[in-house]
Amino acid sequence: MELHQLGVEELKNVLDKGGVSPAEVLDSVFKRIDAIQEKVKAFVTLTREQAYGMAAAAGARGAGALAGIPIAIKDNICTKGIRTTCSSRMLENFVPPYESTVTGRLLEAGYVLVGKTNLDEFAMGSSTENSAFFTTRNPWDLDRIPGGSSGGSAAAVSAGMCAAALGSDTGGSIRQPASLCGVVGLKPTYGRVSRHGLVAFASSLDQIGPITKTVKDAAILLNIIAGHDAADSTSAPMPIPDFTRPAGMDIKGFRVGIPKEYFIPGMDREVEAAVLAAVKQLEALGAIPVEVSLPHTAYAIATYYILATSEASSNLARYDGVKYGFRAGGKDLLETYMNTRAQGFGPEVKRRIMLGTYALSSGYYEAYYGRAQQVRTLIKKDFEEAFKSVDIIATPTSPTAAFKVGEKAADPLQMYLSDIFTISINLAGLPGISVPCGFTREELPIGLQLIGRHFDEETVIRVAHAYEQSTDWHGRRPKL
Amino acid sequence: MGESDIYEAVIGLEVHAQLLTDSKIFCGCSTKFGLPPNSQTCPVCTGMPGSLPVLNRKALEFTIKTGLAMNCIIAGFSRFARKNYFYPDLPKGYQISQYELPVCEHGYVEINAGGKVKKIGLTRIHIEEDAGKNIHEGGPYSLVDLNRAGVPLMEIVSEPDMRSPEEAGAYMRKLRTILRYIGVCDGNMEQGSLRCDANVSVRPEGSGAFGTKVELKNMNSFKFVEKALEYEIKRQISAVKKGERIIQETRLWDSAAGVTQPMRTKEEAHDYRYFPEPDLVPFMPAEEWVREIGASIPELPDARRARFVQAYGLPEYDADLLTSERPLAEWFEEAVRLGAQPKPASNWIMGELMRLLNEDGISVEASPLAPAGLVELLSLIDAGTISGKIAKTVFEEMYRSRKPASAIVKEKGLLQISDESELSSLIDQVIGANPNEAGRYRGGEEKLLGFFVGQVMKATKGKANPGMINKLLKEKLKKD
Ligand SMILES: [Zn+2]
Repeated sequence: MELHQLGVEELKNVLDKGGVSPAEVLDSVFKRIDAIQEKVKAFVTLTREQAYGMAAAAGARGAGALAGIPIAIKDNICTKGIRTTCSSRMLENFVPPYESTVTGRLLEAGYVLVGKTNLDEFAMGSSTENSAFFTTRNPWDLDRIPGGSSGGSAAAVSAGMCAAALGSDTGGSIRQPASLCGVVGLKPTYGRVSRHGLVAFASSLDQIGPITKTVKDAAILLNIIAGHDAADSTSAPMPIPDFTRPAGMDIKGFRVGIPKEYFIPGMDREVEAAVLAAVKQLEALGAIPVEVSLPHTAYAIATYYILATSEASSNLARYDGVKYGFRAGGKDLLETYMNTRAQGFGPEVKRRIMLGTYALSSGYYEAYYGRAQQVRTLIKKDFEEAFKSVDIIATPTSPTAAFKVGEKAADPLQMYLSDIFTISINLAGLPGISVPCGFTREELPIGLQLIGRHFDEETVIRVAHAYEQSTDWHGRRPKL
Repeated sequence: MGESDIYEAVIGLEVHAQLLTDSKIFCGCSTKFGLPPNSQTCPVCTGMPGSLPVLNRKALEFTIKTGLAMNCIIAGFSRFARKNYFYPDLPKGYQISQYELPVCEHGYVEINAGGKVKKIGLTRIHIEEDAGKNIHEGGPYSLVDLNRAGVPLMEIVSEPDMRSPEEAGAYMRKLRTILRYIGVCDGNMEQGSLRCDANVSVRPEGSGAFGTKVELKNMNSFKFVEKALEYEIKRQISAVKKGERIIQETRLWDSAAGVTQPMRTKEEAHDYRYFPEPDLVPFMPAEEWVREIGASIPELPDARRARFVQAYGLPEYDADLLTSERPLAEWFEEAVRLGAQPKPASNWIMGELMRLLNEDGISVEASPLAPAGLVELLSLIDAGTISGKIAKTVFEEMYRSRKPASAIVKEKGLLQISDESELSSLIDQVIGANPNEAGRYRGGEEKLLGFFVGQVMKATKGKANPGMINKLLKEKLKKD
């Protein structure tokens, strides 16, 4: 296999053995990027020059868990001195004066930044079609979307343009594109990873996590980025175990919950079949499938779109053309605000700001935001109840495999349904992973979602790794 | 006053007090004033994408301290909320404030209203961040200075318990005294570290209902608070008498014109779309911590005043004035501790010391004269070394030169003349020079004694021992 196809663990082994330098790894990666970026459009910004500098430094230092490993970062995570656009006109030329906590930790570990990846503008979307710049393509079929919002990161990992990537997940934005691109995507427990430097979409739901070629790689990255951060009050002061330890342990006797509400009539038959086959495979590994119920699942999408848009309407108020970013002129202050925001934001962002503004308005607050908070509590309780009888919950990640570019773009509601299986997990703040579990007849990847208890990423990794290692889905690469 | 005697005013105040913390409420930037624009800023207080607030514990401590000093209940569970509105000096497009769960509730302070003690209820005290400052220099632009953005503020909201501008003034002064006593705010209204908005309405005296309230802003001194209220109450009463309807609106005090002017009506008022701040976790101050804060509160002005009356036998008036500022009370007590008689010490402080400090525009903390100086001076008077009249000169000289009283007396030859033969011959000369007055005195006009005392003092430049002059004069004027 060529160097650019290797994941974190494999590449680390190769580099540790010597004979290959970080610069040679980069040569291979950039050769690959140069060959396919035009087609896949995974990156908004390539940081070739910085990358070779970082690779040289890593080569000199040697140590560091990620020394010389080429990694891509979703372009809503602030990187000091490197523009961070959120794939928005609003921040097209925004260069952060500070480093996010997660990339700061990756830097300490010696990582090499390959570039910043495309996303749906401000992480709002499920296909990257809402990027103000371009739509990223699915490496398995360039006519199809890669999922979103971390579509650039998932496509880059899948197509061998980096060893691994970071994404962010507010309602499925790591897991859904990982599923659609045939890679692994881990959303940690809310509070596990610092959000400091992650450009906020919905603060109570956002969480950064790895997108990787294997479950073990996700655990390696989580080891580095997890942990309490004094700069983020919502990051949990919890001890950080070695997340790679459970990768390799058996899952005999593990009770796997299958929520009946997640296997609904109308879902894609191939997806359903692949996920049920995955459950059988878990059973073959010694796990015990148990039917569970998450009764408030039907309300998850409505709840999510009230809470997430409410928070977004406030989080995005800072983009007013006064301090940084895009500014459109106007004859007075009000007109400057209106022109700036009218021209700086794309239609989906505006739609969500309007929805959220409405939901928080006086007279509607209780009926929308207040009610949604109550339902959120009920959804959390559903999971707590289910986890009394099971160790982990298995569901499809996405109701369908990758759809065609433009197929759902005109219908926001259809698009919102892409996240139907992932959204509840954000509302409940739980950890979830998507691992490849098969392909459709059209050679499109399908993902299995595994959901764990709060701060129990170890069980998630353990079950996901056991499953992954007993199948060969993760070994397949797109023919590109 | 015939006009207003059947109406009464109902006044409630909202006071913003800037907390004396070294750093801002949600970041490490300094709260120092007068530095170059935007020099005290960072990604957090300029609202950079991806930045997050972290609560300054000191600001919370100061707010709890204030709540305890003002008899409030300290909430066991409290949280921040976002107040959303657009303005260039508000970098995030929302202010982090508190809404439904403030730190302190249900308190009161006592004021002196027409010789009686009156309790003014406090609805709540909450904590929030200040905004920056817009600077208009002329020209087709405005500038924004964010040095003040993120400086911690407390909002102290009273019940509508005040009935006159005087009561409002007394309440403001009482708040200021307490805030300064406990060291949480410097209470400077002119510089804006203490700001006051008022809600005022009028109603027929004795009525239980409330009239339509008007909000008053822009009153940046105690005097203006009283004047603005006075004006506004008259305006409302005369409007009501004419059968006009009071409009619910915000009015600005125009101190140059001495009137209140409408600013905006309720219909144009903002909908702030408050919702819980998701970037900060709710806080539950530990009971132990609250107890510790309570124990750190010094003796408060009311208690101290009562003690001054009881322990030192001071008149109410003296006690009130001496306890109006903690450093003043401490200056007094230090003098007494060093041996001064309380009442003479009080007289000197309220008279000469305050006069000199006011002339120089400095506070008692900056006084060049220490309590020990006054004690020495008092002992010189008691011993008859200097006269009370000369003592005033000596006092001022001590204040100006920082020299001890004895040195000044020596240097300037200010020793009191208590030598009987010297005084006796001097008095003979004075009587001889004023035969007319001597005759009238002897004829029964005894009040002319004062005239002779004055003449002797004049001749000795005030150094004569007044007791002896009196005695000798009476003897000599009787003899003839
Ligand atoms: Zn700051």
